[in-house]
Amino acid sequence: MSVKYLDGKVPEGPLKDKWNKHKFDSKLVNPSNKRKFKVLIVGTGLGGGAAAATLSELGYEVESFTISDSARRAHSIAAQGGINAAKNYPNDGDSIWRLFYDTIKGGDYRSREANVYRLAEVSNNIIDQCVAQGVPFAREYGGVLSNRSFGGAQVSRTFYARGQTGQQLLLGAYSAMMKQVNKGKLKIHTRMEMLDVVIVDGVARGIICRNLITGKISRHWGDAVILASGGYGNVYYLSTNAMASNASAAWRAHKKGAYFANPCFTQIHPTCIPVHGANQSKLTLMSESLRNDGRVWVPKNKDEKRAPNDIPEEDRDYYLERIYPSFGNLVPRDVASRNAKNQCDVGKGVGNTKLAVYLDFRDAIKRDGREAIEAKYGNLFEMYERINDENPYIVPMKIYPAVHYTMGGLWVDYNLESNLKGLFVLGEANFSDHGANRLGASALMQGLADGYFVIPYTIGRHFAEGVSKVDTNHPAFDEAEKTSKEKLDKLLNIQGTKTVDYFHKKLGQVMWDNVGMARNEQGLRKAIEEIPKIREEFWKDVKVTGDFDNLNMELEKANRVADFLEIGELMARDALMRPESCGGHFRDESQTDENEAKRDDENYTHVAAWEFTGVGKEPIRNIEELKFENVKLTQRSYK
Amino acid sequence: MSDIGLMNLKLKIWRQKNMTTKGKMVDYKLDGVSPDSSFLEMIDQLNEELVTKGEDPVAFDHDCREGICGMCSLMINGMAHGPESETTTCQLHMRKYKDGDTIVIEPWRARPMPVQKDLVVDRTAFDDIMVAGGFVDINVGSAPDANGLPIGKGNAELSMDAASCIGCAACVAACPNASAMLFVSAKVSQFALLPQGEVEKDQRVLNMVTKMDELGFGNCTNAAECEASCPKGIDISNIARMNREYLAASIKAH
Repeated sequence: MSVKYLDGKVPEGPLKDKWNKHKFDSKLVNPSNKRKFKVLIVGTGLGGGAAAATLSELGYEVESFTISDSARRAHSIAAQGGINAAKNYPNDGDSIWRLFYDTIKGGDYRSREANVYRLAEVSNNIIDQCVAQGVPFAREYGGVLSNRSFGGAQVSRTFYARGQTGQQLLLGAYSAMMKQVNKGKLKIHTRMEMLDVVIVDGVARGIICRNLITGKISRHWGDAVILASGGYGNVYYLSTNAMASNASAAWRAHKKGAYFANPCFTQIHPTCIPVHGANQSKLTLMSESLRNDGRVWVPKNKDEKRAPNDIPEEDRDYYLERIYPSFGNLVPRDVASRNAKNQCDVGKGVGNTKLAVYLDFRDAIKRDGREAIEAKYGNLFEMYERINDENPYIVPMKIYPAVHYTMGGLWVDYNLESNLKGLFVLGEANFSDHGANRLGASALMQGLADGYFVIPYTIGRHFAEGVSKVDTNHPAFDEAEKTSKEKLDKLLNIQGTKTVDYFHKKLGQVMWDNVGMARNEQGLRKAIEEIPKIREEFWKDVKVTGDFDNLNMELEKANRVADFLEIGELMARDALMRPESCGGHFRDESQTDENEAKRDDENYTHVAAWEFTGVGKEPIRNIEELKFENVKLTQRSYK
Repeated sequence: MSDIGLMNLKLKIWRQKNMTTKGKMVDYKLDGVSPDSSFLEMIDQLNEELVTKGEDPVAFDHDCREGICGMCSLMINGMAHGPESETTTCQLHMRKYKDGDTIVIEPWRARPMPVQKDLVVDRTAFDDIMVAGGFVDINVGSAPDANGLPIGKGNAELSMDAASCIGCAACVAACPNASAMLFVSAKVSQFALLPQGEVEKDQRVLNMVTKMDELGFGNCTNAAECEASCPKGIDISNIARMNREYLAASIKAH
């Protein structure tokens, strides 16, 4: 089978006019016809929730599906720091162009120009919309909105609601959904997990779901299916993702033919609470906004025994400020993470495990007073103290990088449509806007942009082209239901000796060691060899208790880990086949003289969009060339 | 005595197969719990043991484990979210307990929130209340500029205080009357304090309160257990604000 060259369907014309022109060129669906089209949306986070509300406001028949007990629980809720927009309220030189440029550069030139420009363009509408919904953003005394700075930017463009921005934005989208439910225009299925997507003649026509309380399997048809099911960071077992965050919806779609793009692009967030021990279930993020005021340092001396506050200034190395004087502590996430790892690798790490660096607020408290710091970060400081039993107002925080976000995801074109017609992918589940590294406060922006302002226009194109009606008695539904049910039965029947978590932890360790912050050929080949072995053992020896017809969280977990055991292998393959370094993907073999990520623009300015050929079989690496007509590719520098 | 620092615990946990089966308390012994583990990691540890023995693990709700998603619950020794103030169960750590302790773990109990399995309850009633009026009726596309309407910092902060609610339902579980008034009043207050919520404020409070009563939640008798158990520190003065809003709206409606 040969490599395909994919068309991102980017509209012609100058960058600034593309989106407007595209909207005008898209055929409209007249208001009375919209109700004839049914849209199924998997996931109720910022992307899925915003899409559900907006599409139902437009008059489409919409059904949403979430694995949680309420649409309000989606993991978007955990985003702390903020959301970017090019409002330029602080008058500090921001513009749509600058937000676009920072995002493209931050992504290390591995994203699609036109998508990123559109994202920057609609960013301002998002803030307007959220304020109108009653999202209580932080404000100045004069009553106008406050902004703060985030990594990878030299302007203050981040809007925030204390350290709970994701929560407030999600509750905004959730309220909008509730409004539509009130009007009888939206149906939400809670505690329903998508098991498979149904494809008829290359077009997405429905989904198969399992009711997590009763075990009942159901069929749902739609004229379009939207996946907004989040990222795959939990492949690593330990991550900042929620426990139930999973890649299954996206992965099942991949196995049905949707291409998976750039799976190796994962983000390791620099400021997380370090690992405490073997029973640890997840990692907790400390918002990047802390780097506005906190200073990152390690002792100069490897054998330092003194408590942090006893270490005098001359024995501290504020390494980010030293190496990157112009961005200092606010370098992008990948750079900050890698530098923390480098410090620990040379033995300068702190704490019991030596796998941590200090994030110190002493100087900020001295400068602005404890009250000011408390107003900005109070809840984060409390959370830190609850987990670590140390007071960060007095003792510097200990932080270490952790898996946080996945830039890769299902391949989509400019319309956010995958290569399977009628299958749209939003938010973290798609690959499109962040390239090889996402800037802080851009995930919330992308999720809401996709859901509120992009999909409502682009989905109309699909319907305007005409879709034939299919019902749930179609053989494709029979087949999808049968294979889904068989898989679950098999998991219950193995009755081996080891728990699901045993395999998940084992996979996670292989991924962290070999497909983590720095990767090399040897490690990646090792991962590609080891993961199938773990997978094989899993299918022979996993033990899942409980039954099919009742709430069975062990079965749910097994079903998701089975997918992680496949996706992990693809991530390693993708990383191996991209021998350049870019953004979060750092190959030891490809560094500049100053140990920064060195891209290979000549050979790798493209998206790798993988095509599934069978479990354990070598997948096909399709390519979408990335064309940069408006920005010049440069070595990313934050010095 | 266990290994240095590790604890051995006695657990009494509510087990219930599904909504139609009767439940009961079951005793478990769990050894070797690290004081650095979170409370939920302690239950994970128990569940690993149960699965290995071929038993059904204890079902409990949890997700973000950062105290923000509102998924985790649990009555721990009779206290919603356990003994630590303004802390969700997922953020409670085992260092708060000592070797040999007995810990009683039960689900939220309130008629409008039935147990689905073990420690998992159905909180759909909260969504139903939100559907009745927990929103600003504005469609995407029609919003004015975000800075077009300045909002005083005081009210913006009070609104944010109320908006911090994570919808976990500890307030209902802690209340002797199973009242949902802290939850409802937090949403009513968030909007009542902002100009964006002003337009529909009368209808909103009437509809939400009516729905709350309809669903079978009890009334407020100022026990203030809700405030004491709220992991986000939602202030009981929100209930007073809701009552004022409700009274004003009722008078206007007549």
